[in-house]
Amino acid sequence: MIGNPARGSVPGYGLAMAALTAAALLGVAFGICTGAVRISLPEIWMYLFQGYDGPMREVVWNIRLPRTLVGALVGANLALSGALLQAVMRNPLADPHLIGVSSGAGLFGVIVLILFPQMWLMLTPAAFLGACGAALLIYALAWRDGVQPVRLILAGVAVSSFLGSGISALLIFFSDRVDGALAFLVGGLSAKSWPELVTILPYSVAGMLAALCGSSHLNVLALGDANARGLGLPIEAVRFLMTAVAALLAASAVSVAGLLGFVGLIVPHMVRLLIGGDYRVLLPASALTGAAVMMFCDTLARMMFAPVELPVGIVTGALGAPFFLYLLRREAK
Amino acid sequence: MTLLALENVTVKYHRRTVIDGLNWQADAGKIYSIIGPNGCGKSTLLRTIAGHLKPERGTVRLDGRPIGSYSRRRLAQHLAMLQQSQERLPEITVRTLVGYGRFPHQPLWRGKRKEDEDIVEWAMAQTGVGHLADRRLSALSGGERQRVWFAMALAQKTRLLLLDEPTTYLDMSRQWEIMELIAELNRRHGITIVMVLHDINHAAACSDEIMVMRAGAVYAGGAPERVITAQTLGEVFGVDARVDRDAETGRLNCVIRGLRETADGPDRVFNLRERTG
Repeated sequence: MIGNPARGSVPGYGLAMAALTAAALLGVAFGICTGAVRISLPEIWMYLFQGYDGPMREVVWNIRLPRTLVGALVGANLALSGALLQAVMRNPLADPHLIGVSSGAGLFGVIVLILFPQMWLMLTPAAFLGACGAALLIYALAWRDGVQPVRLILAGVAVSSFLGSGISALLIFFSDRVDGALAFLVGGLSAKSWPELVTILPYSVAGMLAALCGSSHLNVLALGDANARGLGLPIEAVRFLMTAVAALLAASAVSVAGLLGFVGLIVPHMVRLLIGGDYRVLLPASALTGAAVMMFCDTLARMMFAPVELPVGIVTGALGAPFFLYLLRREAK
Repeated sequence: MTLLALENVTVKYHRRTVIDGLNWQADAGKIYSIIGPNGCGKSTLLRTIAGHLKPERGTVRLDGRPIGSYSRRRLAQHLAMLQQSQERLPEITVRTLVGYGRFPHQPLWRGKRKEDEDIVEWAMAQTGVGHLADRRLSALSGGERQRVWFAMALAQKTRLLLLDEPTTYLDMSRQWEIMELIAELNRRHGITIVMVLHDINHAAACSDEIMVMRAGAVYAGGAPERVITAQTLGEVFGVDARVDRDAETGRLNCVIRGLRETADGPDRVFNLRERTG
């Protein structure tokens, strides 16, 4: 097959994908089993597929299952978004923070939560708007006869810290109302259910399809601008479209779950180490891994200090940062 | 038959006029070398021909049609360009990289196409990298890598091949291997070659025609014997050269003996400043 980086190791890919799918399914099972009441696997099966009416049916159907699935989609979207951005920028440090998605969603989210707490229903749409607006602003600022990754990164850092100072200012001025805002800024899946799932699902599906369609183009883009152009790739269009897809994926995730860190950065890295740099495999594998990682982290966040629940953002950050440092040291060798 | 025609081409790069009203033509099936001092606009010219830079004024025609009227993809089916240096290498195998040469020819929904696979194998065989097909790029030597990039350009199956200093960073024998590869591709497959070279002797040995550039314009053009003279080298590069013929091969042989020492030494320094400033 043309463009297959490791001809003859297609079974290897298949195996990796099967393993990741299994991990994701395991994450779902783990997420539903664990909690204040332990539920065994056969019981879950009964409640979900055999129409049993027990007291636990409610817990499984309306609390644990949707929350676990929201976690899966949030993780998948963030990881896929990070993988796309790392491809577009050809920079291993690129992640959804970089294009302003987090700071934009953060600022708008905090504005709603602090200044207009009675309009909390608007939190998700406002955060989504902020995330997309910030991404668009950064892209426009970086534009000069096309967008160069370095300029995009610098514009992203500048705009993000500008919006970040807005968040800080609000938190300082209204220090009596920061409670809800803090939880949003750390990111968590607490009390997420079917409505959130319905909000995020279309973005996950459309984003995955778009990413798969663009994966061959991203492979060519990885050869560098000059080579890609020489091979007839419309690099500006590919860059713009893939950045837009990444922004929408990340915006849908953070507007539902808050500013979850590190998943978008480390998961694509991890996957790259596992299966190499062919985006046709890397992108779906990143999404699967992101889903699995997020579900496990959320379950950990629920049970570590039960009955107190940690925001999952603390767990992903606390586990993600050391792992990332480990990867950096490994790469340096 | 004229394959490539540059008509009054002016190119600006970062607001500086790098190429100024340049006219030039290339016939199909020949090898052309472009030589000239650093900063004279050789690479810029090549990138303009490849359609990577848009001329401020003038037209570059391929087969009589302005290259601006080709889509990127279509242009990539007609001409391929080998970059002077490659940035970070992707972690992929040789066969994969060469396979990307088929990108401009593949339909958007690419499946396995036997035709593409055959061309990739052919390109690797032509450039002598068939035995490296399953190796990763990072595991290759400089000379091998250069051949692999050649193979990718070849897999594009274009009639025109643009090469920007294809022998840079290679040792002497690798350099000559590349030059022979270029001549071979031209002879066997009739591929038109336009390349930027630094080594005058390489250019003289392999080219049908040489174009000498100075300060963004054509200084001289034509058969090597006509163009490569002590006087040209003196005026364009400011070197003291001796040009004679090798007794056995009959090839031109340039020996650079040093910088040109002239009575107007200070003048030359002044000229240089004027040009760069």
